[in-house]
This record gives sequence, C-alpha cells and structure tokens, in this order.
Amino acid sequence: MLGRLKLGLAVLAMVATPALAQRADISVGLVLEPPNLDPTSGAAAAIREVTYSNIYEGLTRFGPDGSVNPGLAHDWDISEDGTVYTFHLREGVQFHDGTPLTADDVVFTLDRARDEDSTNAQKQLFAAIDTVTAVDPLTVEVTLTQPQGAFLFNMAWGDAVIMSPESVETNATNPVGTGAFRFVRWVQGDRVELERNPDYWGEAPALERATFRFISDPSAAFAAMMAGDIDAFPNFPAPETLAQFEADPRFSVIVGSTEGETILSMNHQNEALSDIRVRQAISHAINRQDIIDGAMFGYGTPIGTHFAPHNPDYLDLTDNSAHDPEAARALLAEAGHENLTLRLMLPPPTYARRGGEIVASQLRDVGIRTEITNLEWAQWLEQVFRGKDFDLTIISHTEPMDIEIYSRPDYYFQYDSAELQAIIAELDETTDPEARTELLHRAQRHISEDYVVGFLFQLAKTGVANADIEGLWENAPVPANDLTGVRWTQ
Amino acid sequence: MKRLPMTLIAGAALTGVFALAALISMVWTPYSVEGMNIAARLQAPGAAHWFGTDHFGRDILSMIMVGARTSIAVAVIAVGMGMVLGVPLGLLAAANRGGLIDEVIMRGNDLVFAFPALVIAILITAVFGPSAVNAIIAIGIFNTPVFARVTRGGALSLWTLDYIRAAEVAGKGKVRISVEHILPNIANLLIVQGTIQFSLGILAEAALSYVGLGAQPPLPSWGRMLAEAQTMISFAPHMAIIPGFAIVLTVLGLNLMGDGLRDILDPKLRRAR
Repeated sequence: MLGRLKLGLAVLAMVATPALAQRADISVGLVLEPPNLDPTSGAAAAIREVTYSNIYEGLTRFGPDGSVNPGLAHDWDISEDGTVYTFHLREGVQFHDGTPLTADDVVFTLDRARDEDSTNAQKQLFAAIDTVTAVDPLTVEVTLTQPQGAFLFNMAWGDAVIMSPESVETNATNPVGTGAFRFVRWVQGDRVELERNPDYWGEAPALERATFRFISDPSAAFAAMMAGDIDAFPNFPAPETLAQFEADPRFSVIVGSTEGETILSMNHQNEALSDIRVRQAISHAINRQDIIDGAMFGYGTPIGTHFAPHNPDYLDLTDNSAHDPEAARALLAEAGHENLTLRLMLPPPTYARRGGEIVASQLRDVGIRTEITNLEWAQWLEQVFRGKDFDLTIISHTEPMDIEIYSRPDYYFQYDSAELQAIIAELDETTDPEARTELLHRAQRHISEDYVVGFLFQLAKTGVANADIEGLWENAPVPANDLTGVRWTQ
Repeated sequence: MKRLPMTLIAGAALTGVFALAALISMVWTPYSVEGMNIAARLQAPGAAHWFGTDHFGRDILSMIMVGARTSIAVAVIAVGMGMVLGVPLGLLAAANRGGLIDEVIMRGNDLVFAFPALVIAILITAVFGPSAVNAIIAIGIFNTPVFARVTRGGALSLWTLDYIRAAEVAGKGKVRISVEHILPNIANLLIVQGTIQFSLGILAEAALSYVGLGAQPPLPSWGRMLAEAQTMISFAPHMAIIPGFAIVLTVLGLNLMGDGLRDILDPKLRRAR
C-alpha cells in the first residue's frame, strides 16, 4: 500500500514538474477566420489579425499605441522637400524560406502593390509613390509625386508588408514573411498554427508556438475560454460575460479602444437609399445608446461620423443624426417611401448580429421593414463586400484613418461624391498639420451631413486573457495581434 | 364507456396549454415581441413581466407564446408534409408488395433513413439558406420515410385479410382498395405516429433554430431563445430556463398524448386488454 502511494507521488511529481516550467505556447481566439493569409490580396481585417508583425513585417511597424516605429528599415532619410524617402534596411534579414531580404524585394513589393492589376485592398497607401529604386542591396529610394505627411504611417500598414517574389504566389495559403513567427499549418475552419522563427533578425519572442483558433459563436467562445482551451481572446464576442471574467482571478479583462467605426452601411445603388432623405430618416431612426447597451452591454462610444473618438482630430457630430423617430417618419413621408422594405445582411460578429436585431426594431418603429439574413463571414465578404448585393449591413471598419473609403466610388457602399473626393485628394497632398486637421474636419462633416451611412459606435476592444499572460495589446490601433512581445509570467 | 388513460389526459392538457398560448398569440400577446425596450432588459420574472425580459428588453412570456406558434406551425406543416408524401408511398408499396415499385420505394426510404434526421435538416438549410420554410421542408423530408414505413407495415397485414380479397374479387382496383379499405383501417396507426412525429418535429425545429438554421430573427423561436441565453445564464438564468421548460413540457405532453392515444386506438393493444 505504502509502495503504491510512493509510486503515485512519484508519478504526480513527474506530471507536475513540467507544469511549473514557464509555458511557451499560446492559443489565441478570433471570431473571424481569414479568407486567406496574404494581406496584400484582401480587405478582411482577420488576415492582418493573424499575420501582422507575426509573419509579415513592413518597412515601418505600428507599436501598441499606434506610433510608427522602425521595422525592416532601421532608419530612413527624408529629402528636404519631403518627396524622397531613403530607407536603410536591416542587415541579415531572411525570409522564412531562407532567401535574404534585399532592396529588390522592397522594390518588388511596392511596385506590385501599386500596379494596375494589384489586388491590394488599400491601394491608396501607395498612390503618392512615383518611383521605387534599389540604390544598393540594403538601400531603397522611394520618390513621391508630392510630399505626403502620412507616408511612413502608410508603410506600417499590414497591407504594405514586404514580400519576396519567390513566395508571393503562394502566400495566400503558405505565408512566407520575415517575422518572428513562421507558418506551420492552417486547418481551415479551425486554426492557424505558427512557430518561433529561429532565424529571426530581432529579439527572439518568448513564445515557441502560437495557435489562432476561430470561434465565431459567442457561447462556444465563452466555453473555450472558461475551459482554458483558449488562452487569450483579444476581441471577445460576448461582452455580457466580461463581468464574470473580471470576477474570476484566473482571467484578466483588457478593455481598450479600436479603430473600428461600426456603421450601418447603406448601398447607394439602392433606389431608395440613394435619396438623402431616406438615409437621413434611417439615421434619425437609430438610437445609438440602445445599440451599445443592448448589443455590447455598454462597451462602445457613439460616433456621428467615420472617425475614431480618441483621435485629436475627431469631431463629435452625433447631434446631426440624433435619435428622432418623428423626424424620421416625416422625412420618409416626404420622400414617398412610407412602405419601404430593405434587406439587412449581418456578418457573424456580435455587434452585427445583435446590433442588427436592434436596428431592425428601431427601423420598424419608423415604418421601415427589414428582412434579416445572417451570413457566414466568407459569404458576407463574397456577397456584400465584393458582390455589393445588399441594402443594409452592419460592419466595423477597423483600419486606422480610413475616412478615405468614402472617396472610392467603387467601394462596396458605392458612395460617389465629387466634393468629398476633392477633399480627400487635397488631404492626400497636404502635409501641414493644421491644414490637415481642417480638411479632416471638412471630410467628417461632409459624410455626416450627407448621411452616407448610419454611424453607430466606435468598437471597444474587449479582450479576455489568462491572467498569467502579459504583453497583449490593450488597444487596437490597427487590426493586429502582435505576439512578439507576449509572454507567460509563470 | 371506457375510462380514458391518464397519460392521454395529462398529455392533452400539457399540449393544450401550449396550443392555446399559440392560438391566443395570434390575436394578443402581453407585449409586442418586436418591440424592444433596452432600458428594461434582463429583468427577472415579476409582476410586469411574468417570465421576465431578455437582453433586448422583450417580454419573454410574449416570446414564448409566439414561439409556441412558430414551433407548432413548423411541426404541423412538416408532419403534414411527411404524411402527404409518405402515406401514398407506403400504400403504393404495400399494393405492389414484393414488386419493383415496392423495392424502389422502400430502398429509397432506407436511403433517407440512413442519414440522421438532423443531418438532413442541416444539409437542406445549408444549401437553401436558413429560414422557417426550409426548416419545414427539412423536417418534412425526414418524416416522409417514417410514414411510408408505418403505412406499408399496417397495410401489408390488411392486404392478406379476407374482406380485402373479396373487394379484389369484386373487381376493385388497387388504388380504390387502398383508399377505401386500407387507409381508414390504418388511420389509428397514423394518428399515433403523427403525434410522436409532431413532438420530434418540435424538437427538430428547436434544434435547427438553436444552431441558427431555423426561424430567423425577429421571429421568436424557442431554440434561438435558448441559444441567445447561453452566455447570459450566470446573471439571467430565466432566459434559458423558461424556453427550456417550454420545449420539455411540450414534447413531454405530446409523447404522453401519443402513448395515451395508442392505448385506446391501437387495435393490437385493444385486443390485449
């Protein structure tokens, strides 16, 4: 009997010892699965939420506070007139397939991104580039057609990461970058696995393995988190459970800001929605606080235009579209649309599914009927974002400083305003901070007063993580889950 | 007169409550199920809201009533569809027993049967999109072979009886015999089976709605109410308990009723008494 007990203790000790060692793996939960893993060929933020700074890196990179820091370029010189940027690349950087990073890769990447056939979802980032030349293997000279204040910021985006011509064709399924983690496998519908890159040029990350798991169902996410199957969920889809996590010492709750303007998008090709009175009526029918409380349990900040409230250039224009069902009904009557039925397409995130039900109820109050269709993420990207086949949808635009999407007539909501396009074009050429602020204010006012879409709220970053993890980003200045600084404290 | 079995009375009473709630909901509910009142969300059951409110401040009693209507409508139509398709197939197979038609129908049945019912339903709603109508079609399809089998089984034993032979000798065709003599004599069997399928239909609708493939919002559905309540169970347990009980009690009622009906209708059991 005693012998058996001793044996039992010995086994227990053997089992327990590894658990005392610091963990070096992490399982990160994401609501949406990326449609592919090539950030230069799709707008879905989920692509960058997996790959940014983990697999791929750009010339510059965003820090957790949104600041622009050196990336693959350790330094740069800017000509006095602000049109020539000379980037000095780091030495000894290798892609995961072993090919060295040279100036030619940068030339290739930037030329490819601004090519006519480019599939890049953010072509405007590269619009100011005139020529890109390799001066020597570690020096790249980028000439702009005019000075652009945001150029270094643009180069830090997930869409501007540097790729190698050898692997660019297969990056969608087998991503090859220069980052601290390299790709292991993608089990579609379930997870993406990464492992530490032993040849990384910079400081080696504390984590050896990282797995991104895709769980869009809030209750499944809750169960996975509670069971410890997921170590961190940076954008937890069930805000109603945060109080419970907060009360539990095993978890830490990280609430921060995102660049996600959550909007009730309207298709301007729809005959009724092309009428500003109808759009204004819809905007007045919406009660933002009810949506924030009902769908997000209070997490979120009302917005009246497409701009992040924590940005110093933000204007609070929520009064333009204050909740006023009377005015909404009057506007609909004036427009002759008292019997309007619109299709409301909802992607999986909680803000859309729950927010959509609330919006539908609020629209019903002013006499607009909606037909709700819940779409899976891939379907939403295909039908709504690419196919533009929708009347209304709810989505959070998580890219920073993305008010320029309203100047793209072929963007999925198809808003075409020469006036706004002129403002954005001017903004692009302006480097003087005061003049930029003025132009940003004009753009914000313009889209707010034209009721381009229904501006709902700024998405909060409601993250849940194991209390022993540190180094996760509190805010999301860009859609990203940079794991390079993440570690277990015990 | 023979005393009605207790199971029938209890089952009919339980089922009756929900059927009545569904009927009343067509003309009146305590609150509108489409009206949200965010300020009054997540209230526990009380005087103003007997069953409390959900996360959008909707009255749960009203949603249960309308949800009963959704469940019953889906189940009734789906079972009806299964009967309309399955019974003629079963009669046809029995009339041609041993023949090619019998073989084709019954092997086709086996094929549909081979798939678990819910998997067929998920397949159909995945292909044609989630909606109450597609849920009905899905549940109807997996009901069809059940009725075809029950009908064929009941009819086969009748075809060997003398009065059917007599009818054949008198020159009646297979179709006429099936409709005039077989069908009335297996009606009991079909009613009992229908009741049981009805309860399975309610469960299937709840399951489909739970995974988001049944009735779409804003139409209330018990299954979806359960799904939505899942993450809120720690601070609003009534949101899960009430629709959960509604499903359990309805299915229990229908099963008891089915048992009771079999006791008084099934000729074999009747003879045994």
